[in-house]
Amino acid sequence: MRALRYWSTYIAVLPFLVPTASYAWNMPIGVTDVSGDIYRLHMTIFWICVAIGLLVFGAMFYSLFRYRHAKGAKAAHFHENTLVEVLWTAIPVLILVAMAVPATATLKQMYDPSDADLDVMITGQQWRWRYEYMGENVAFTSSLSTPRVQISGEEKRGETYLLDVDNPLVLPVNRKVRFLMTSDDVIHSWWVPELAVKQDAVPGFINENWVRINEPGIYRGQCAELCGMDHGFMPVVVHAIEEKAFDEWIAERKAAAEKEISGIDRDWKLAELMERGQATYEAICVSCHQPGGKGSPPAFPALAGNEQLIADQAWHLDRVINGVSGAAMPAFRDTLNPVEIAAVVTYTRNAWGNDTGDVVQPSVVAEQVDQ
Amino acid sequence: MAKLPPKSMPLHSTPAAADGQLNTHTALPKGVMRWVLTTNHKEIGTLYLLFSLSMFFVGGVFALVVRAELFQPGLQLIDPEFFNQMTTMHGLIMVFAAVMPAFTGLANWMIPLQIGAPDMALPRLNNFSFWLLPVAFTLLLSTLLMPGGGPNFGWTFYAPLSTTYAPASTTFFILAIHIAGISSILGAINIIATILNMRAPGMRLMDMPLFVWTWLITAFLLIAVMPVLAGVITMMLMDINFGTNFFNAAGGGDPVLFQHLFWFFGHPEVYIMILPAFGIVSAIIPTFARKPLFGYTSMVYATAAIALLSFLVWAHHMFLVGLPLVAELFFMYSTMLIAVPTGVKVFNWVTTLFRGSISFEPPMLFALAFVVLFTIGGFSGIMLAIAPADFQYHDTYFVVAHFHYVLVPGAIFAIMAGAYYWLPKWTGHYPNERLAQWHFWLSVIGVNLTFFPMHFAGLAGMPRRIPDYALQFADFNMVSSIGAFFFGTSQLLFVIVVVICVRGGKKAPAKAWEGAEDLEWSVPSPAPLHTFERPPKFERSTS
Ligand SMILES: [Cu+2]
Repeated sequence: MRALRYWSTYIAVLPFLVPTASYAWNMPIGVTDVSGDIYRLHMTIFWICVAIGLLVFGAMFYSLFRYRHAKGAKAAHFHENTLVEVLWTAIPVLILVAMAVPATATLKQMYDPSDADLDVMITGQQWRWRYEYMGENVAFTSSLSTPRVQISGEEKRGETYLLDVDNPLVLPVNRKVRFLMTSDDVIHSWWVPELAVKQDAVPGFINENWVRINEPGIYRGQCAELCGMDHGFMPVVVHAIEEKAFDEWIAERKAAAEKEISGIDRDWKLAELMERGQATYEAICVSCHQPGGKGSPPAFPALAGNEQLIADQAWHLDRVINGVSGAAMPAFRDTLNPVEIAAVVTYTRNAWGNDTGDVVQPSVVAEQVDQ
Repeated sequence: MAKLPPKSMPLHSTPAAADGQLNTHTALPKGVMRWVLTTNHKEIGTLYLLFSLSMFFVGGVFALVVRAELFQPGLQLIDPEFFNQMTTMHGLIMVFAAVMPAFTGLANWMIPLQIGAPDMALPRLNNFSFWLLPVAFTLLLSTLLMPGGGPNFGWTFYAPLSTTYAPASTTFFILAIHIAGISSILGAINIIATILNMRAPGMRLMDMPLFVWTWLITAFLLIAVMPVLAGVITMMLMDINFGTNFFNAAGGGDPVLFQHLFWFFGHPEVYIMILPAFGIVSAIIPTFARKPLFGYTSMVYATAAIALLSFLVWAHHMFLVGLPLVAELFFMYSTMLIAVPTGVKVFNWVTTLFRGSISFEPPMLFALAFVVLFTIGGFSGIMLAIAPADFQYHDTYFVVAHFHYVLVPGAIFAIMAGAYYWLPKWTGHYPNERLAQWHFWLSVIGVNLTFFPMHFAGLAGMPRRIPDYALQFADFNMVSSIGAFFFGTSQLLFVIVVVICVRGGKKAPAKAWEGAEDLEWSVPSPAPLHTFERPPKFERSTS
């Protein structure tokens, strides 16, 4: 009934909606030199196609009106004319060569990631992105932060619906940034239209691409390659900031990361691990194992009330650290730090009525990860 | 001497067949068994066409489920998991169960009639190829009811999403595709054997109607690439069930190898779905322009050129997987080259219209819409061939718009055109013209309403295969969804037209269309069960 009401309202207001739409309906010019080149290439070819279309369809519709049987047109019987046939083979070839020249130049430029000032490793995971600033000891994952109640429609959808993340990728303007892309599971594709960067993240491969952003701003995109259930829910957000601000930001992140690692050896309390663990669960685990640890069997088992999990802490920890081969559960030994792993395991063992009372210490996890 | 399509010769038809005098098959099984056991090319053709039509609606319903969910932002009707199963099944059913069998059905009906053969060369094999299809697609559709659901990895089923991360039913999906593939290969062998061995005395290859020519080339494409598809799904089967690691990077395998193999099949597959359409349109336009096709010879060569080039362009589907620069350039240039023979075809059709005497019966309407809308799909195809621009277009709704333009108002409109063109021959009655015109205009409006806005959604940044989308894509999606329901519903009119046409209507003579020239118009309408039991003498017309 509710669906019906939606539909009827929308159909009724449709004629008013369409003309007022001020949304983009063409490829963005973007904020890099390459994106501008691609845009101009796109428009050039578009107008060439329009011109050819006008000629061909013009000739066609002229013939359809002029030579109607109903108006007593008598059919001619000519056919085959070598000159005409050579011309309509040769002219398209010339047009295509004219298109290929600028296309080749742009492609060569896109394929030159040399002399980068910064390397960022981008790893696709079902269904989030992990960013690692190479050589800076800074790494984090970036997941959708649009509230589920907006997806279900219980809450009004915000302007950046489905295009918000918890931790955006922060990049400096005016510096050449090289991306190294790979995946931990299936093929993803990292795409930001304004940067004209779209590149497949393929497990077992490292693909290169690069960007030099000309203007500070927030640029949004999405995973472009079907990667399973939540393919539509793994956005990309890039914050491009001034160079000086970027240097400060990365120094800050670096210090924070070092502080966390130094805390591994101390004795952690249940409450602080629970708090940390809940945050990690909601960023990383929830997309498969669902809110409340309900899971969605058979692919993603429930964690709440999972008897094997409750009974066997070592088994549980091993699955999080090393993953499950042949199933969707990835190994988190490299993507989460020992504090995060300890926290999320502790959280899972105590939340949703699992109540084991177990406290897994980061130092224990660190030992197991190092093995 | 200039070559022309063959001219009809009513004198050489075999009216004796109509009253069964030459019929040696005395005891035809009755009821259902008659259809199960039939070896008659016309009956098998009808089976193929009916199967295809029913699958067209099944695949269409899946598409409407997808479009209903995409009508507005948010998740309203289905969850993302089922959404992925619907997009996957829609693609698989439309490609393998609707479009391909429709062309095979038309081939079964029309190739023997157009070359003056009494039947297909291998009638029992013909029966077997058809009956494999209901088995294959019952199996495929049944996966939707299995635990874990049906295939959810897109019709292109990229590994490792379709292997390591696939639902348990994937093994059944592989089996279903294997069976459908065997059916296609057997059908192709039969068509080649028929065309090469059973032409009427005096009919040379370069006298054959273009529908026969395009199907001959298509059949060779099928034999070349269906085994590649069989190979790739067998590798998947091994990865899933027998511990191999062809596509599993963790075991030293190569996920990109999957895509090379798949698209080595997949790109020729695209032409398998369009070359016979070229043949149909090349028969209809001269008929209703009452003027010979402008360049018969160049049409044949253009078809062959497209078929050959189709083996050299597969990686244009893979511009983003990290190919080296030289590979990108090679596949960009070779893909752009396809525009040349395709252009030759479009120019030929337009020049055929020039100074003709044109009437607008339903088959002609669909053929003309084909020329315009297929060409629009061709234009977006050229844009997609430009590798640097493809970094923006790839995997967006721009691609969805492109291939639906070449497949819906392309392949499917050509099939509709063919059906309206040959219905008088099949049933002995003309299709109801009023209803057919309604069907045409509603289809043209619906198809453009559905697919044109997808160009904009894609350019604005909407990825394909997502169950929910950002708010700036809302208007385009709403228009597409309305268009889809409009188009889907109007296809019911086609069923009504066919049913009415089978049951009665204006009687059609042997030569149902004034300008029609090929051999099929020399046999009575409806075509009797057995035709050309004595081969007709083929006479080349001159001008
Ligand atoms: Cu993804």
